[in-house]
Amino acid sequence: MNNEMQVLFWILVFPGFVFTAVLGLLAAWIVRKVSALVQYRVGPPFLQPFWDVRKLLSKEVLIPQEANKWVFIGAPLVGLAGVLLLSTLLGVAAFWPQKTFVGDVIVAIYLMVLPSLALILGSSASASPHAAVGTAREMKLVMGYELPLVLAFIVVIIKSGGALGLAAIAETTPVASISGAVAFLVSLLCIHAKIGYVPFDMAEAETELGSGVLMEYSGGLLALWNLTSAMMLVALPMFLVVVYLGGFGTTPAGITIGLLKYVGVLVLIILIKNTNPRVRIDQAMRFFWIGCGLVLVTAIALATIGNIYDIGWL
Amino acid sequence: MGLSTKAVKKSPWVFHVNTGACNNCDIEIVDLLTPRFDVERFGIKLVGSPRHADALLVTGGVTAQAAPRLREVYRQTPKPCVVFAIGACACGKGIFTTGYHMVGPVDKIIREIDPDAIIAYVPGCPPKPEAIISGVVKALAAI
Ligand code: SF4
Repeated sequence: MNNEMQVLFWILVFPGFVFTAVLGLLAAWIVRKVSALVQYRVGPPFLQPFWDVRKLLSKEVLIPQEANKWVFIGAPLVGLAGVLLLSTLLGVAAFWPQKTFVGDVIVAIYLMVLPSLALILGSSASASPHAAVGTAREMKLVMGYELPLVLAFIVVIIKSGGALGLAAIAETTPVASISGAVAFLVSLLCIHAKIGYVPFDMAEAETELGSGVLMEYSGGLLALWNLTSAMMLVALPMFLVVVYLGGFGTTPAGITIGLLKYVGVLVLIILIKNTNPRVRIDQAMRFFWIGCGLVLVTAIALATIGNIYDIGWL
Repeated sequence: MGLSTKAVKKSPWVFHVNTGACNNCDIEIVDLLTPRFDVERFGIKLVGSPRHADALLVTGGVTAQAAPRLREVYRQTPKPCVVFAIGACACGKGIFTTGYHMVGPVDKIIREIDPDAIIAYVPGCPPKPEAIISGVVKALAAI
């Protein structure tokens, strides 16, 4: 297989589109099923998310009269492309560590914002007042969680001795130290907000905004958003596993342990989702900037001290 | 049966429209989502926007104020979609038949803008949750 073919295979099949979409829809089913079990319900049948996407694809696509048509249609494609590249990048770093490039971790951080930006773009192009409120909240939320996410990342870089490659970072386990564990927990919350689950679902807010940012999307375009959020359920926990929990490894045993780590992160996300009420946007901002910010500054200080005096557990 | 039809049957998302119901029918609809009835078992999901919906659950006999809104919501729902007239009011204005402000029932208003609309009727005042589930099942079987 020559180089272009291999890259195409990475993007379209494994660890890209086919793999992430299938795993993501399964993860979406797990989220719904476990949420139902927590509420003493039976929950949706297996494969339900697949049927949802299939159904949306066969429905009519309505475009609001006042909407900016091309931005409205283009935004879900941009979002899907972002999460697709992100999962490909992470998958390649996890399974073909020798094929990565220096600084890919910065690309990953940029790609992680892309779906949220696309969502902001698409919903503000839809000319709906509900979506406008959702957009404003999503924008503030993005500003809220990006700061702690990057700060937490500084801890990882200090811990791994200045490495800027996903493969190099995956060989260290920052979570095995105090500062690393704190950074992991904060990142978990940031990722939670990125996926847009309760308590940080104020941009979608079914009960007060209809569906907020997604309000005007229908049919195939909504299916794309569904797929994007399902794939985020794979890519973002995978990012945590690669960056904080020591990655996947290339041996079968390593991959199994890696998958267990992924499931563990997913379970944590589901539990947070089901045991919290929705917070207001100003509470979320205060939580991310002041609460998480201060904690992370302490963590960075600890990590630096640990680095200077060679204390591994700090 | 095509795959598209099967997919609609497997995941009917519903949007709830109140066009002047006494709120009793609405409570019965919300009942469907509780652990006791749990319609998510069948892939049914209550969505917040008519643009996401496959079925409209309409309650109430349609007041003069609500009629234009009901038409607008129907226009905003991507086709194919099913309209459910839930309760005696929605099916035939019920106890409000002689009300001066009632312009319904639901089927009349919907047929004004789309003569071929698929409309299912679930009578009762209010209908039991079981009756609503059975109505949805029958309507889906008829598609
Ligand atoms: S059918 Fe009965 S319960 Fe339902 S809205 Fe009408 S009066 Fe109320």
